[in-house]
Amino acid sequence: MNEDLFRYLLILGDTNLVLAQRLGAWVGHAPALEEDLALGNLALDHLGQARLLLTYAGEVEGRGRDEDALAYLRDAPEFLNLALAEQPNGDFGRTVVRQWLIDSWQAELYAGLQKSSDARLAGIAAKALKETLYHRRFSAGWVIRLGDGTDESHRRVQESLNELWPLTEELFAPSDLEHRLAACGIAPELGELRPRWSHSVDQLLREATLTRPASSPYPWHGKEGVHSEHLGHMLGEMQHLQRTYPGARW
Amino acid sequence: MVTTLTRAQSAAHAAADAGEAHVWQALTAVADPEIPVVSIVDLGIVRFVRFDAAGKLEVGLTPTYSGCPATEVIRRCVRETLQGIGYPSVVVTEVLSPPWTTDWITPSGRQKLAAFGIAPPAPTATATCPRCASRDTRLVSEFGSTPCKAHYQCRACLEPFDRFKCL
Repeated sequence: MNEDLFRYLLILGDTNLVLAQRLGAWVGHAPALEEDLALGNLALDHLGQARLLLTYAGEVEGRGRDEDALAYLRDAPEFLNLALAEQPNGDFGRTVVRQWLIDSWQAELYAGLQKSSDARLAGIAAKALKETLYHRRFSAGWVIRLGDGTDESHRRVQESLNELWPLTEELFAPSDLEHRLAACGIAPELGELRPRWSHSVDQLLREATLTRPASSPYPWHGKEGVHSEHLGHMLGEMQHLQRTYPGARW
Repeated sequence: MVTTLTRAQSAAHAAADAGEAHVWQALTAVADPEIPVVSIVDLGIVRFVRFDAAGKLEVGLTPTYSGCPATEVIRRCVRETLQGIGYPSVVVTEVLSPPWTTDWITPSGRQKLAAFGIAPPAPTATATCPRCASRDTRLVSEFGSTPCKAHYQCRACLEPFDRFKCL
């Protein structure tokens, strides 16, 4: 088994899965019907990407675990999603800030992964990139509207940005396995993606009249399985049915 | 090329071609579960139909959106339809690359969408109202009732309508 590739697919797949679960919690609760549909649609796309990635991960691992076994029967420390993805939804503004930061990261990452020496991963990335660019139009649009909106909306999204910003360090801090996979052409070099991400993020923050927070150390390392306390609670809900009634189908 | 084939090989090729045409024809009857006026062939999501040397049938399907819930239903419908015309075991393969694009929707598919009240995809910023043909329309939301559609409203006839996202 290619252990590095397996874990890398979990980083990418789990980030999508956890984000999909977070977004799904908005269904029926968003501020307007259109935003409710939008967040539900985003969740579906992320779930679809997670399924492709986790199915592949299960095959690489070769121990018979499929996408469902990986999603429902692992504990929090075995999840390798970025800690940013698991942060609670908060208000609508916080959800769109989190979404925009991840969309901007995925846009660069998938663009790089399209050229992966792993043909299957390149195919998934090319598919996902189209969806991601559409997502970013939505999330970036809302960051501008709320940032450059009322005093109250500006204050709230700036606060969300301040809280979430330290976690963006993890987006581009390569783990050892990402270094190794970049060396063999499977993964893009994260350090090379960062300037483009940084540039596009700065541009939008200016338009949204928001201030880029200073970088600071971050406490969690999701890619190593070190998560905030929020992930366990979320998984408790997400996995409840399969844990209580193993193998349940309908 | 044909002259280099034996008579038996030529016959086998002809049979395979006829078989493929038969399968393509049958697939035009498989409707999209969410937009039943168009078939999966109209949408361009059937990527290939082929028989292997042993005569086993394989159909390649590509998803419109990776999370589209209709994908599983479509897969099942393809199997059932082909079983109905005498192919008891069909291999349905997911094709991700190159990714689906709305450019693959056929001209007749576009006409059927418009007639059904869904503006077909176009790389233009303004959508044309499928009911009154006015171009005075506005985007209500980039996300509509299914992953593949956005939500618009016509300023002329005031009716809301869906438009296929351009992907």
